[in-house]
Amino acid sequence: MNKKHWIVWCFLGLFILACKKDNPVKEEIEKFLGFQKPANFPQPAYNFANNPVTRQGFELGRALFYEPRLSRNNTITCGSCHIQSSAFTQHGHDVSHGIDDRLGTRNSPPIMNLAWNKAFMWGGGVYDLDLQPITPITTHEEMDENLENVLNKIRVLPKYTAMFKNAFGTEEVTTARFMKALSQFMVMCVSSNSKYDKIMRKEAGAVFTAEEQAGYVLFKDKCASCHAEPLFTDGSFRNNGLRVSPINDKGLYTATLMETDKYKFKVPSLRNLQYTAPYMHDGRFLSLAGVLEHYNSEVQAMPNLDPVLNQNGKPGIALNEDQKAKLIAFLNTLNDKEFINNKMLSEQ
Amino acid sequence: MNNIMITKEKIWKMVLLFSLMLGMTACSKKEDTAPEFQETNLAPLSVEFDNIVGERTLTFNNTGSPYKNAAGEAFTISRIQYFISNIKVTTEAGKTYTVNQDSSYFLIRGDDKATRFAKVKVPEGDYTNLTFTLGVDSLRSTMPVDKRTGVLDPAAGGGMEDGGMYWGWNSGYIFFKFEGNSNVISDNTSGDPTGKKQMKYHIGFFGGYNAPTLNNIKVINVDLRTAGIARVRKDRQSNIHLFVDVMKVFNGKNSFKIAEHPNVMFDDFTAKIAANFPEMFRHDHTEN
Repeated sequence: MNKKHWIVWCFLGLFILACKKDNPVKEEIEKFLGFQKPANFPQPAYNFANNPVTRQGFELGRALFYEPRLSRNNTITCGSCHIQSSAFTQHGHDVSHGIDDRLGTRNSPPIMNLAWNKAFMWGGGVYDLDLQPITPITTHEEMDENLENVLNKIRVLPKYTAMFKNAFGTEEVTTARFMKALSQFMVMCVSSNSKYDKIMRKEAGAVFTAEEQAGYVLFKDKCASCHAEPLFTDGSFRNNGLRVSPINDKGLYTATLMETDKYKFKVPSLRNLQYTAPYMHDGRFLSLAGVLEHYNSEVQAMPNLDPVLNQNGKPGIALNEDQKAKLIAFLNTLNDKEFINNKMLSEQ
Repeated sequence: MNNIMITKEKIWKMVLLFSLMLGMTACSKKEDTAPEFQETNLAPLSVEFDNIVGERTLTFNNTGSPYKNAAGEAFTISRIQYFISNIKVTTEAGKTYTVNQDSSYFLIRGDDKATRFAKVKVPEGDYTNLTFTLGVDSLRSTMPVDKRTGVLDPAAGGGMEDGGMYWGWNSGYIFFKFEGNSNVISDNTSGDPTGKKQMKYHIGFFGGYNAPTLNNIKVINVDLRTAGIARVRKDRQSNIHLFVDVMKVFNGKNSFKIAEHPNVMFDDFTAKIAANFPEMFRHDHTEN
């Protein structure tokens, strides 16, 4: 090999290095797999055929999720009340804290495993993820903006017109594209890497402790009829016997006006509880101990109380201290550190 | 020569025959028999929604001369807008044509005269009956976001406080939005705590996504025979002129007092008001 050859090889080597260093984007393209159903999860409910997740669409959705222009005075983003480190809730706030320091009436629910959701909001009313963002955008206590203004604010920004072009082929910013991009981000917020998931998928080295295992057995006996595995919710709306709140939030009834829907709220998932306190639709319980005591002794006998909470003549689910400790040990196996630290879901 | 004469005679005869035929066709045109009903032979038809208030024309915020309902309550109007959809026409012989769904949604806005026409295409023919929906049918109310374009775009018309007709939190459309002011409205929470004496009637509810709920969709049927059938032809614009008497909201079969129901949006009383809707529509005449 002569000198010339060496120079050529050196240059080639440099090029390869340069490519690697300058092109983290290229790596991301290779890594971006779109929506992947976890092996231990059922088929999703979201209609992916109508909105396939692409890298460009996902990135646009992520940018919009963290975009303050979605609010009236450009101060509040979706991420303001759905904070990733709190598993996309507003940890520490009983009810959501929105624009102009206004307070809502309900606890921020997590942006998590929404591809499996058939109904949205604590009190229902929204049944299509692609239409859900209109609610927080237009709610007085949240973003207090209207969709027409949001789209107009987005349209004038070259950053976004370029992203819309990449994602949808042209620069046109329409309601449908805006919503679909947000959905692409939201359906990618999949939490499926808790200790529980690894055990269920029989991944190497993953086993419950004896206490967790005992808790799991109790859970299946006492909780799983509503908090069905592996999503830990059956997606239904139920009255779990909470005392009527001072504002008299009637839950699902507000949307359906059906007497039988009074005080019914959506069954929340039990994943990531470590990061999402306080609990219930109005954040009234600060700890899991408070929640379990509710089921043990505070369930109210009321007209629409869910039948599963009204067996053996006494409302609630009897739990002694030992059982509570075991249940909490099991619930802690549902925390997913990878989810709350996944850089792909963070503001860039 | 002779031959030519015969030919001339023939020509005269033919001219005579032609004139006769022309005369006949002219006669038949005057009678205007309906063309054969063919679904592909489309011609323009418009339905005009001319908003009125009792015996008076519609004017906005006319505080100098307010309207008065049957209960004697004086009021002014600041907004009136509603969805008209699923237009259908029927001939005397019972042939029915339903306008293509994608071209059959109209938002009639009182503050924009240009929106008062629902312009559609139907087969040439004579129509004795008009049917339409006040509101947005349940099928369209549950369609994916891509199908919600034009007047059905959730972003259209701005927010709820403005001309917006989409309900975000309770997914669906407001079918009928009617707002105004009346001094009979109290300043407390059962009236208008802002002190502006505002009344708001936002009537929606299409029957629910998956479980049956309140359904305020109203199908309106108008017999055109008394005030003039619609003769739809390609070479002209037939226009069915309807009066829409907004006063009937208060004075219809479920009459009510503004003072007792100044705000109706998300409750069962919407059904009472929706039951008054069919009475609002009156066929005045047809321009053919």
